[in-house]
Amino acid sequence: MRTLELEVPNWAGHRAGQHLDVRLTAEDGYQAERSYSIASAPGEGVAITVERLDDGEVSPYLVDEAREGDRVEVRGPIGGYFVWDGDDPQPVLLVGGGSGVVPLAAMARQRARVGSTAPMKLLVSSRTIEDLIYRDELDALAGNGFEVVHTLTRSQPPGWTGYSRRIDPGLLADVAWPAPESPRVYVCGSTRFVDAAADGLLQLGYDARWIRTERFGATG
Amino acid sequence: MTGTSELRLDGNAIGGLLLELFGAELTAAPCICAGCGAREEMARLDVYVGAGIVVRCRHCESVMLRVVKGRGHTWLDLSGAASLELG
Repeated sequence: MRTLELEVPNWAGHRAGQHLDVRLTAEDGYQAERSYSIASAPGEGVAITVERLDDGEVSPYLVDEAREGDRVEVRGPIGGYFVWDGDDPQPVLLVGGGSGVVPLAAMARQRARVGSTAPMKLLVSSRTIEDLIYRDELDALAGNGFEVVHTLTRSQPPGWTGYSRRIDPGLLADVAWPAPESPRVYVCGSTRFVDAAADGLLQLGYDARWIRTERFGATG
Repeated sequence: MTGTSELRLDGNAIGGLLLELFGAELTAAPCICAGCGAREEMARLDVYVGAGIVVRCRHCESVMLRVVKGRGHTWLDLSGAASLELG
């Protein structure tokens, strides 16, 4: 896992939740392109957090080899649906699996940046404590109406006080805003994770229209 | 159906491709299925990624849009979409 700051000429600015595409071109002309969520809040420059996938075509370069000054082709910002601008006072529920937390962290940063008073909860599912990203930063943002809840699905360190299982309807019932509050919901992760979380929220009485999802594939 | 559930993404995944093809941000663009008439934003449609891109209605699973790229050309089949609102 690595966070890279990109200097993009003529960057038009971005919204919390958007992504960009990175395209690499090999010497023989072969091209590989992948999407990465923008980790930084609007107005903060452009940063992406990349999870290294061993058999990936793009992430091993970005995580292991990219050096300051290297040039990559970038397309973006992309997305007008999976975005939260901070001007909506409704409660917000963010649910992220693994690196699906990246665009959600941008929303949490945006909340702090614009001084939003919308109550916001972030539920993060990770395999192990080592897989947790932005832990310290998100903890630092907590309070003042922002709460972070973690679940570790594979192993937990001694003294772990968070949840210790995959996201299920019971866990969502503990954490999620009650349905009558009509929360705005953003779920990001693998297809399997997103489907499970969205189904669980529907079981709590959430309206499908409240739930915005972004699925990503492990193609790295 | 095409492939396994792991290959099923959603319209967010093709936002960059659509930006390239149409010159506009389209993940929030309302699309109407020619099969069942359902209206959903592009981001809420099922996207299958393989040799090409297949976009299906999340309600009736009809193919709404297909994109195939190769040999320097791009083929776009919109016959399954009754409309695509470009803003």
